[in-house]
This record gives sequence, C-alpha cells and structure tokens, in this order.
Amino acid sequence: MGMPISHIMTSGMSGIRAAGDLVARMEFAKGMRIGEAKDYVAKKLDVTTADLSDEYVMRELREELGIGVITSVAGAPKGIAAKMNIEKLLDLKINSCEKFRGQLK
Amino acid sequence: MTEYKLRMGDGKRISMTKEQIIADLKEGMADAADLGDIPDLSEDEIDKLVDILTMPSRMVGVEQGMEVPVTHDIGTIRIDGDQGNSGVGIPSSRLVGAMMHERAFGADTMELGHIDYSYKPAKPVIAQEMQTMEVCQQNMIVPLLYGAMPNMGLYYTPDGPFENPGDLMKAFKIDEARESMEHSAEHLTRDIVWIMQRMMASGSDGVNFDTIGAAGDGDMYASLHAIEALRKQFPDIYIEAGMAGELLLGMHGELEYDGVTLAGLWPHQQAPLVAKAGANVFGPVVNTNTSKSSAWNLGRAVTFIKQAVKDSPLPCHVNMGMGVGGIPMLETPTIDAVSRASKAMVEIAGVDGI
Repeated sequence: MGMPISHIMTSGMSGIRAAGDLVARMEFAKGMRIGEAKDYVAKKLDVTTADLSDEYVMRELREELGIGVITSVAGAPKGIAAKMNIEKLLDLKINSCEKFRGQLK
Repeated sequence: MTEYKLRMGDGKRISMTKEQIIADLKEGMADAADLGDIPDLSEDEIDKLVDILTMPSRMVGVEQGMEVPVTHDIGTIRIDGDQGNSGVGIPSSRLVGAMMHERAFGADTMELGHIDYSYKPAKPVIAQEMQTMEVCQQNMIVPLLYGAMPNMGLYYTPDGPFENPGDLMKAFKIDEARESMEHSAEHLTRDIVWIMQRMMASGSDGVNFDTIGAAGDGDMYASLHAIEALRKQFPDIYIEAGMAGELLLGMHGELEYDGVTLAGLWPHQQAPLVAKAGANVFGPVVNTNTSKSSAWNLGRAVTFIKQAVKDSPLPCHVNMGMGVGGIPMLETPTIDAVSRASKAMVEIAGVDGI
C-alpha cells in the first residue's frame, strides 16, 4: 500500500479531494494529453488549472456542483448521481450512467 | 566529501558522492540511448535529476501545478489480497477496497480485478465479476476500469489447451511452437473481448490491460487485436494498455501488427502501435536493474520514458510499481526512492500520469 500512496502524495491530483478524477476522465474519454485535459476541465469549472489540485478551491466547488466530495455529506449526490452531474459538467457520456438510465421505467 | 543517501536497485541504502551520482546517471542514460537509439538527456535535465536525488528530505513532491492523474494496476486486490498480489490481507469486499482508494487515499482512478488477475480465470466467474462491477459503479465516482493480465502463458500446457512453445522449441519444433502461439493468441483475444463485452454491459468505464507482452510478442499481438475489436464495438470505452517490460520479447519472432514486427520493440516504438489499435492511455515500462544504483536506474528509465512520451500520440501513464520506472525491486519500495522517481518522471520525462 505504501507505494501507490507515495505516488498519490508525490505526483497525484488527489482524486475527489480535488479534481483528479475529472482530469483522468478526460484523458480516458477523449485521449487528451495532460495539458489539454487540465485546460478542458478548468474551463468547464471556471477555475485555473492550478486550482484543479487545490483542495481548498475544489472542496466547496465540488459540493456546489454536486459532483461528489471526499467527506460523507448527508444528502449530497454520491456514486451514480454524482457521475450524472459530471456528465453534464464535462459534456460527455459515462457508461454506468447510460446503463442506469436504461434500467429506469 | 559530502555523501548522499540513495538506494540500490534492490532497495538497499547506499551512500554516494555527487560525482558518483552524476557518473551513474550518465551511464544509465547512455545505456538507454544506445539500446533504444534515442537521444541523451540534456545537461539541464541531468542537473535536475541530480537535484532530485540529492534533496535532503525523506520525501519529495512535484512542483505545484504539475500534478498528474494516477492509475492503478491490481486495484482493490492490494487491500484484501495476499502477498502474491502485493495485498495486505485486510478482509474486505472489493467494493470496500475501491471506495477506500477513492475516499480515503485520494486515488484519481481505480480498477476492479479478479483475485487470479488474468482474463482467462475470470471467465468461469464472469457473473460474479459483472455483479461486483455493477455495485461498484453505483457507488463510485472516479473512473473505474476492469483490469487483468492478458497472460498468454495460461493457454499453454499444462494450464491450457495448446502445446507449450518452450517444450516445442527445446525439441527444435520451431514452426509448431509458432503455431501454438498463434492459436493461443486467437483464444486470448477472444477471451478478452468476451469478458469486456460483459463488463461493459455492467457499466464498466473500460479496461486496463496490465502487463501486455509478458508472454512475448504473441501476447502483444493478441492484446492489440483485442483493443482493436473493443474500440470497434464500444467507441467510448476507456482502454489503458500497460506493458510488462521495456523490450518486447520475440518468442514467436515474426508476428506483425500494422506491418510492424512486434519482436524487439522498445517503449517509444510500442506507443504508436497501441494508439493505432485504439487505446486511450499507454503504460510504458522500463525495468530496474537490482545490481545498479537508483541514480543509474533513474537516468536510464527517464531517458527511455521521455522518448516514449514524445513519440506517443496518447497520454502516457508510466508504470512505476515494484521494479519498474526507476523504483527499487522489492516488496516494500522505500518512500524516498518512490517519491524521487515519481517526481523525475513528471518533471523531466513529462508523463501524463502514473
């Protein structure tokens, strides 16, 4: 466990503590290189690229946007609900959300 | 004369002078440049590597604003798995493991994998894998891939249906050995596609090919064809193609993809083929030499990966687990060595992720 945590602390974007999941999603969804992915997400969030790794900026912004926060906030969107908000925010489709919608009657 | 604390490739602590560090960095760099027929690092880049390796603090970090997403091989198995999977043996479900990575460790992405962590053994328990993926996707926010090793060796006797090419080659039955690899590759491609069809039906974001080429060029041949088929069937699937080693071994020797012979390819030559097949993210590898210092290994690894990043049309998430990417080869890689290698890959090689 020490090795992956060391990488996260040294170089990582802190996942949903900040905006690491969003930048990773753009690399995977659109094949964007790191600079392009950060620019895209920063523009969508109306923040700077430096803010994407800044927990101070992202903590409140994530809660406001309903895209999931690191701490367990009662009533806040989590899991699939948060991902549905991420779809709208980043203007992309997420497979699990598509499957979820497909099961609704 | 001032001495600095570094590591050997096996993790043992050593002391080196600045001059010794520079000499080892340059020797490692020259080895990569010679093998891969690629450029040396610049003097500025060597100076930066020296700065990183001689920083007095135990742990170092990238400059603010240079952070990159981190992806994970083995995924949740490192929580509940045994030593063989680098697991720490905490009894927990894979959902709990995935959520711990997301909520407790700040992971940017996560993957779900089977305890036997190859595609073939996941087949008999596919319904269980689908159910677990569904539950994980309902609860997770970060991208969650299904990960496994292509591991073509499982298709050879005594584990699989095709005669072991190693045995055939020992009997000088070279053509028969090649045929066995070709048949195995066909089955491997079919199995990967079959499994991922079901994982995508269960809401997976995509797939992580962990250790492509572990069984040689046939292993990569099968993986590239699986990537191609999956991209065709699922245009939006996330595909990470991670390699097993720095040099693709020519067990078959004559297999080609897109007119390129696979045997003998280095990371910067592998990247364009992975992109052509349809992956989104490439995971290049450089092996660690346990008999050399971390300066030698890091100089070599950064030289190789910098060129792979340059030649890759895709984002590169360099493999930086135990024994690769300048990380020492031991079960518990030291934090001082991991953080230095991690910082060097981001700031000098310019990787898009780890």
